[in-house]
Amino acid sequence: MSLFYSTLKYLAVTLWSMFVIAPFLWALTTSFKDFQSVTSGATYIPWVDFEPTLDGWRSLFKSPAQGGIAIVEPFFNSIIVTAAGSGISIILGTLAAYSLSRFTFRVGPIRNGDITFFFISQRIMPPVVLSIPFFIMLGKLGLLDTLFGLVLVYVVLLMPIAVWIMVDFFNKVPLEIDETALIDGCNPYQAFFKVVLPNSVPGIIVAGMFCMIFGWTDFFFAFILTFTEVQLLPVAIVALNSSITPWWSLSAAALFSVAPLVVVAFVVERYLSKGNLSGALK
Amino acid sequence: MSLIASNLSIKHEKNFHLNDVSFSMSKGEIYTIIGRTLAGKTTLLKTIAGLISPDSGGLTFDGHDFGSIPVWKREIAMVYQQFINYPHLTVYQNVAFPLKQRGIQKTEINRRVITALSQVGLEGFGDRKIQALSGGQQQRVALARSLVKEAKIVLLDEPLVNLDYKLREQLREEFQGIFDTKASEDSILIYSSTDPVEAMQLGGQILVMDEGRIIQQASAKEIYENPISTKVSQITNDPAMNLFDGRIQDGCIVLSPEIKFDLPSHFNGLPQGDFTFGLRAAAISLDDNGFPFSVELSEISGSETFLHVRHEGLKIVGLLNLVQNFSVGEKVSVRFDTKHLYAFAPDGRLKSSPYGGLQ
Repeated sequence: MSLFYSTLKYLAVTLWSMFVIAPFLWALTTSFKDFQSVTSGATYIPWVDFEPTLDGWRSLFKSPAQGGIAIVEPFFNSIIVTAAGSGISIILGTLAAYSLSRFTFRVGPIRNGDITFFFISQRIMPPVVLSIPFFIMLGKLGLLDTLFGLVLVYVVLLMPIAVWIMVDFFNKVPLEIDETALIDGCNPYQAFFKVVLPNSVPGIIVAGMFCMIFGWTDFFFAFILTFTEVQLLPVAIVALNSSITPWWSLSAAALFSVAPLVVVAFVVERYLSKGNLSGALK
Repeated sequence: MSLIASNLSIKHEKNFHLNDVSFSMSKGEIYTIIGRTLAGKTTLLKTIAGLISPDSGGLTFDGHDFGSIPVWKREIAMVYQQFINYPHLTVYQNVAFPLKQRGIQKTEINRRVITALSQVGLEGFGDRKIQALSGGQQQRVALARSLVKEAKIVLLDEPLVNLDYKLREQLREEFQGIFDTKASEDSILIYSSTDPVEAMQLGGQILVMDEGRIIQQASAKEIYENPISTKVSQITNDPAMNLFDGRIQDGCIVLSPEIKFDLPSHFNGLPQGDFTFGLRAAAISLDDNGFPFSVELSEISGSETFLHVRHEGLKIVGLLNLVQNFSVGEKVSVRFDTKHLYAFAPDGRLKSSPYGGLQ
């Protein structure tokens, strides 16, 4: 029976891996094709099925006038908006989460749990509901189609994720650590910055990862709140899809857009395994 | 130097966590707060530390109002029952942390940290990460951090409760050694525990807590000999003192129609009437001329046996030397050593003890 279940388990894992990896493989092979190879039917193995070319990748770094697809500027725009939005969200979210975890707030019938839910509820609403007030507010502030406007919106969108993850994380950090820091001579701010924060790095990294993924992959708000001046990467990639889609360039751009997240995941993974609270309270 | 609490009370919803707690503690003494879980021990320690503010009442230390001093400025050290350390720091950095906070010079920090680590038997562990230590070693680090401060008040909140039996015994002895010498000369040491054996071994003054109140404060010897109520007798004995209702009638103690015995001499002044009698497990023995009981449970603990026996509604526990085997329902003859019998009034107050005579 165990052999049967073991086989079943590996079969399921293999199928799932294929399901996950297949689109990447398709995009990878397509990014090395040209018009001829793409239109000549299903081909997968370079040098056997088709002759690989770097045209798709080269087009990423050329201007439209040179036959490129102008993806570098949207790429850096996305980096600025995602990094700034995630960074600010993590800073504000961590502070908010710490206070929600450690202090008791009571305003009429509203308690800490309600405030936490208020943050999260912004992610429960359909994006289109939020898009209208965002559009009107940014318009009135003259921030439509600007990087600063997008950063503000992304802070609003990403901070609930940071608060949600960090409240849960701080709830698991024993209160006695804060108390010990106070007894050892820290005022409440020092206790947070010298003791609680250094021990919260894993939680901050997880929250940061989620913020970056949500920020980096957002298409809806990037599309609604920008026109001609500022373009983010997801919008630029989708804009390539037309009646004569350059699939090789589109695939290269798609892989190019995933690269930063893969790099971040690899870097962050090391920190995740390093920092933990196992020595705080055994 | 003294720490004085006056009428400390903390109420949460309808429950008192501290209820009109008053005491006076002097330096150079070890004070043990004993009580069951939720008796208010940790709340009292946290109130002394300043982590919890009392709803009413106050604390003074050396004649100054302690309540107005924030936690981080109080001359206090505390060790928790969980092994609380800073996981991002090494052992050395953990112990040095409170001294760095005070802005003490590096050379002095180094001297004091090395001394503290050697006091707790952790020489050579300075560079290790906290996660790399065993539970006992982690608690020693916490202890070293409390020693290094040379605090005026040292609070130990059941520091041994999460350790295994052997380590607990070992650390308890070391604690006594450490605190009997330097620390306790200059400090007030307050140790909380649920374990009567631990409290009695530490000696010093004992404060017995129940439902947020201090129900007796006296020396360990006095608490052992004259527990002022049935509650104190239950909290400060392990196993809890056997309590059974009966009456004094015609020079005899009558527990049931079959169980009667002569009045011990220290009960001579007691009037006839109903009482609750108390007898420690060690004063119960098996004897062919004893009263008939049947075995309900027999527990072997180390080299001793706890024997739970019953006679109709009367249930008692005896502590027998050596490992002895009994089967459930087995008939045994039980003897009461009446020289060690206590008498409590029906409301629980001590009326007569074998050590203090008539109260």
